[in-house]
Amino acid sequence: MRIPCPLCGPRDRREFTYYGSDDYLNRPAPDAGAGPWDDHLHLRANPAGETHDLWYHEAGCAQWLRVHRNTVSHEIYGAALVAGLKGGAQ
Amino acid sequence: MPELIAKPALEKAPLTLGTCRLEAVDLGPITSVALFPGQEKAMAKALKPLGLSFPDPNSLSAKAGVQLVWTGREQAFLIGVTAPDFGAAAAVTDQSGGWAALRLSGDKAAEVLMRHVPLDLRAAAFPPGRAVRAPLGHMSSVVIREEAGFLILIFRSMARTAWHEIEVAMRTLAARA
Amino acid sequence: MRVAGKGLIEREKPVSFTFDGRTYAGFKGDTVASALLAARVRVVGRSFKYHRPRGVLTAGSEEPNALIEVVGAKNQTPNVRATVQEVFEGLVTRSQNRMGSLRWDLLAVNDLMAPFFSAGFYYKTFMWPRAFWEKVYEPAIRRAAGLGSLSGRHDEGHYEKAFAFCDLLVIGAGPTGLIAALTAARAGADVILADEDSRMGGRLLSNGETVDGQPGPDWVAAVLAELSSLPNVRLMPRTTVSGAYDGGIYGALERVGLHKPARPDLPREAFWRITARRAILASGALERPIAFPMNDRPGIMMAGAVQSYLNRYGVASGKRVTLFANNDGARAVARDLMAAGVQVAAILDSRANASAVENCPVYLGARITDTSGRHGLRLIEGHHAGGAFKLETDCLAMSGGWNPTLHLTCHMGGRPRWSEELAAFVPMEGAVPGLVAAGAANGTFTTHGCLAAGHAVAEAALADLGLSPAKVALPRAEGLPYVVEPLWAVEGKGRAWLDFANDVTTKDVKLAAQEGYASVEHMKRYTTQGMAPDQGKNSNMGALAVLADATGRAIPETGITTFRPPYVPVSVAALGAGGRGMGFAPQRFLTSDQASRDRGAPMIEAGLWYRPSYFPKPGEATWRVSCDREVAMVRGAVGVADVSTLGKIDIQGRDAARFLDLVYTNTFSTLPVGRVRYGLMLREDGFVMDDGTTARLGENHFLMTTTTAAAGQVMRHLDFVHQTHCADWDVRFISVTEAWAQFAVAGPKSRALLNAVLDQPVQDFPFMACGAVQLGGVTARLFRISFSGEQGYEIAVPTRYGESLFRDLVAKAETMGGGPYGMEALNVLRVEKGFITHAEIHGRTTAFDIGMEKMVSPKKDCIGKAMAARPALVGPERQQLVGLKIATGTPPCSGAHLFTVGDKVGREESQGYITSFAHSDLMGACLGLGFLKNGRARHGEIIRIVDHLRGLDLTAEVCDPVFHDKDGEKLRA
Repeated sequence: MRIPCPLCGPRDRREFTYYGSDDYLNRPAPDAGAGPWDDHLHLRANPAGETHDLWYHEAGCAQWLRVHRNTVSHEIYGAALVAGLKGGAQ
Repeated sequence: MPELIAKPALEKAPLTLGTCRLEAVDLGPITSVALFPGQEKAMAKALKPLGLSFPDPNSLSAKAGVQLVWTGREQAFLIGVTAPDFGAAAAVTDQSGGWAALRLSGDKAAEVLMRHVPLDLRAAAFPPGRAVRAPLGHMSSVVIREEAGFLILIFRSMARTAWHEIEVAMRTLAARA
Repeated sequence: MRVAGKGLIEREKPVSFTFDGRTYAGFKGDTVASALLAARVRVVGRSFKYHRPRGVLTAGSEEPNALIEVVGAKNQTPNVRATVQEVFEGLVTRSQNRMGSLRWDLLAVNDLMAPFFSAGFYYKTFMWPRAFWEKVYEPAIRRAAGLGSLSGRHDEGHYEKAFAFCDLLVIGAGPTGLIAALTAARAGADVILADEDSRMGGRLLSNGETVDGQPGPDWVAAVLAELSSLPNVRLMPRTTVSGAYDGGIYGALERVGLHKPARPDLPREAFWRITARRAILASGALERPIAFPMNDRPGIMMAGAVQSYLNRYGVASGKRVTLFANNDGARAVARDLMAAGVQVAAILDSRANASAVENCPVYLGARITDTSGRHGLRLIEGHHAGGAFKLETDCLAMSGGWNPTLHLTCHMGGRPRWSEELAAFVPMEGAVPGLVAAGAANGTFTTHGCLAAGHAVAEAALADLGLSPAKVALPRAEGLPYVVEPLWAVEGKGRAWLDFANDVTTKDVKLAAQEGYASVEHMKRYTTQGMAPDQGKNSNMGALAVLADATGRAIPETGITTFRPPYVPVSVAALGAGGRGMGFAPQRFLTSDQASRDRGAPMIEAGLWYRPSYFPKPGEATWRVSCDREVAMVRGAVGVADVSTLGKIDIQGRDAARFLDLVYTNTFSTLPVGRVRYGLMLREDGFVMDDGTTARLGENHFLMTTTTAAAGQVMRHLDFVHQTHCADWDVRFISVTEAWAQFAVAGPKSRALLNAVLDQPVQDFPFMACGAVQLGGVTARLFRISFSGEQGYEIAVPTRYGESLFRDLVAKAETMGGGPYGMEALNVLRVEKGFITHAEIHGRTTAFDIGMEKMVSPKKDCIGKAMAARPALVGPERQQLVGLKIATGTPPCSGAHLFTVGDKVGREESQGYITSFAHSDLMGACLGLGFLKNGRARHGEIIRIVDHLRGLDLTAEVCDPVFHDKDGEKLRA
């Protein structure tokens, strides 16, 4: 498996650390209450198909990436720097 | 009052096997220069006296033995010269003692390094002027392409392991001949 | 027997090797199988279950019978296929799966019991009585089970792993692969041509055909000469591409040193990870056996293999050969044999309306119904359109047609497609992105067709790669169509083998169907068909056809079992190459490493770091004695310890303080310059991630320390918080762990020791102060922090001065009654003071649990704050940090559980557990830290400690976790 790091180029999976769904990008307000926080941390869609998840290019540029991929075909459509995302992050 | 004695990261005699050579080198000062948001112009100005420009990802800027090597997003290592005053343009951090530098040269250098680095390091894919952050086995490294081979920066504490790994790869490749 | 003038072996290079203790002669270029066949050795192995004598069946890696052990000075490798193992001077091999000699195997008695050993035998037989399971059945089965034997010692052989990249990976160097590689190479593509064989050329080395009017091997040699002259081509012989993976990555196993005497540094095998933009699967096809009664005798071989042994190795596999086939192509085998002067008894063609014109008897509509010859084929019997036959023959060349070697196309979930015309499965297109099958691997069974296909797919690949094709003339070659009429099994009285390696017969498959295992996957597991080293390469198709027949279904609807990587057995040693000894994990050494070793300190691993455990003095018999002395030394005078392993992160920027406020529970924006503050970091789910001190070096400049264990995790976390939540903030950080060597100087004489090394003595340097100091002209950083409970400092110098400073500090400390201390003393000191480590903040504890809930600032948000406030994470139900005073002399009991005195000792009654333990001379007791339900309200209670693992049952007094200097007077002295 190879992930196209926007900075380093396509790299072997072994260079990355997996985290989880890009739900983690949308941090609720501190006072949002237990429900939204529980959703944020624990509730996952687990799609068979397209998904967006977060990978850390630990052995490369140390950037967090939002990877768009397919859990069925294993196709990787692209990856973006989390730091450059508009709207996703607060 | 003590006199502190500076020690190199690795005390190893150069190793030559066939056409391949591995040596520990002293690069002089190494400074991390991390650009603050929106400070590109100030950075360019600060670098001007050195004849350098802030490098694009996976590359470096070099002049007169001094190089500025990309090491991450908006971050580069200034190697071979005491850092000038970057003012408010960048976070400047001394990294001199933290990295060991190994130089691997010879026509089989790429083949040796590709035993441990999962990247295409052959000259066509990785020509001089290129520098990458990459794992060397399980170790974090900076790999810089030079005319005759590679300059590899590795955590100082892991220098012995890095030397060992590269030496094993050199011996193994030589034994195939 | 060798046939004069035939073969590609180097007859001027004789080689001798041994098999079962006997020396045999061969030539360079021989395999063990070809050399043994040349020496008329017919029995080379015993079958797995029935221990039947078996001979060589094939000439490739799919061999199910000729599995041997190769014995080296340092290795013993079982299940090596004799058809792959090249001979070399001094090679030692032996047969396997026998008790006694190969010829008179005592376990051959199993063969007589065959009626009892049918499919499902184990499940039916070893059920009663239950008492026999462990004592009788299992030992007996274990003794008989397994194929080949291991030495029982570590494999000390050298293995290698490597990465490779290319535009185009061509898998297989037969006619398809060669022309594909040539087409791509001439166009300038970066090509890797990998072939499993020691010699490239595929069937052109064996089938006797001509290409462009020259003998196949000559054409191959010319193409290889051109390819090896090109800088953009890498030829990888002896390399089996074993798996196809996501992203155009292929695994490949190269046999580097297995065909040579062992040499230092020469790897036995190399495992390659090849990343290819495009790949062509030109892996050819595998010939299918026919399941006729008693078809397993030595001398019954694949027709293509008989042809290989003749044309490639110059070996006649028998004196009087018979051909049994269901297709036209196999006729060439008989013709080649006759042309070479080998007698052909007859051609048995299973088809009724095939040509009968050959220079030998031809029986049409033929079926073999029985064979004889215990240690080698002697006689075959059967019938044909014109009646019955009985033929004396010592070699039967059989061909049931060919199966495309499409395994790799299935490695990512692709299912093959059934071709009625070929009576075979062919690859599904696009099953592996970037990979296309061509030639025989794609069901094209003529040389001409292969060349045309190889050329065409290479041109298509070039177009994908954006390269323009160069001129490659398509060579002339044979193009007669492949005509086959399926024949899977022949009915008869005797057993008809499908899977030779695992002794699965047609009867077993039928029985499986009868007993309800009608799905192909169930049949496989019930009969073990396809589960031997050859993974069903010889038997899958036949077993499937028999199953289809038995269940009244067509073959495509019966389906096929899943092909998974690896295509051939891959040694774990090759996959894990380099991961042994020093290669297992990077070793991190402190600058004080040599100085500590010079003092005889045993080093212990702390993550990847090596740290001194203790510094023994003459006369100290145990570590405890040294440790207790070091603790007393720190409490009474001064000690020096290397603490450089702690993570150090340099944080700068106008928003640096704001960033720290976000990642720490407590506030750092209020920290004055020149001061240090202890910080607590939570995960977003509210549990403690890490702790440490952070110093404010300047208005916009901080230095964070992390624990040794969590340094990597904290860096990852900081990157995450920064990049996801505040990427636009004016903050930058970088690890400086490696840039600074840092030493703890602790004890009442710590200031005196410091002043002995500093250029300017420190006077007013209060607890939790930090600042720059000079040491012999070098700028150092001084922190007034303590992990021991004593007056303490940590002094950091650029790493290159670390060793020098450590030696100096230790030498001067010794003149003051102090010295170095190790991890053991460090642990006792911190337990006495109630300081926590990751033994306590182990990922399941909250700020409340460790008594630090007040450190979660109510005035600001921080990571983890919202979730830390969940009701279940605070309150009396939580297990809270407590100290435990235990009788002296108690053995370590970390991990032991705590119980209320009088309670039952059970899982549900557990009140908590012990996390840290230390012998404390100072307190005159053994001390523990642990977590106890509602523990802070239970100080003074006597609690029961039970450790089933160590057989301990004790009591302890629950107390405050801070045993020493509760008010911190010593710290601030």
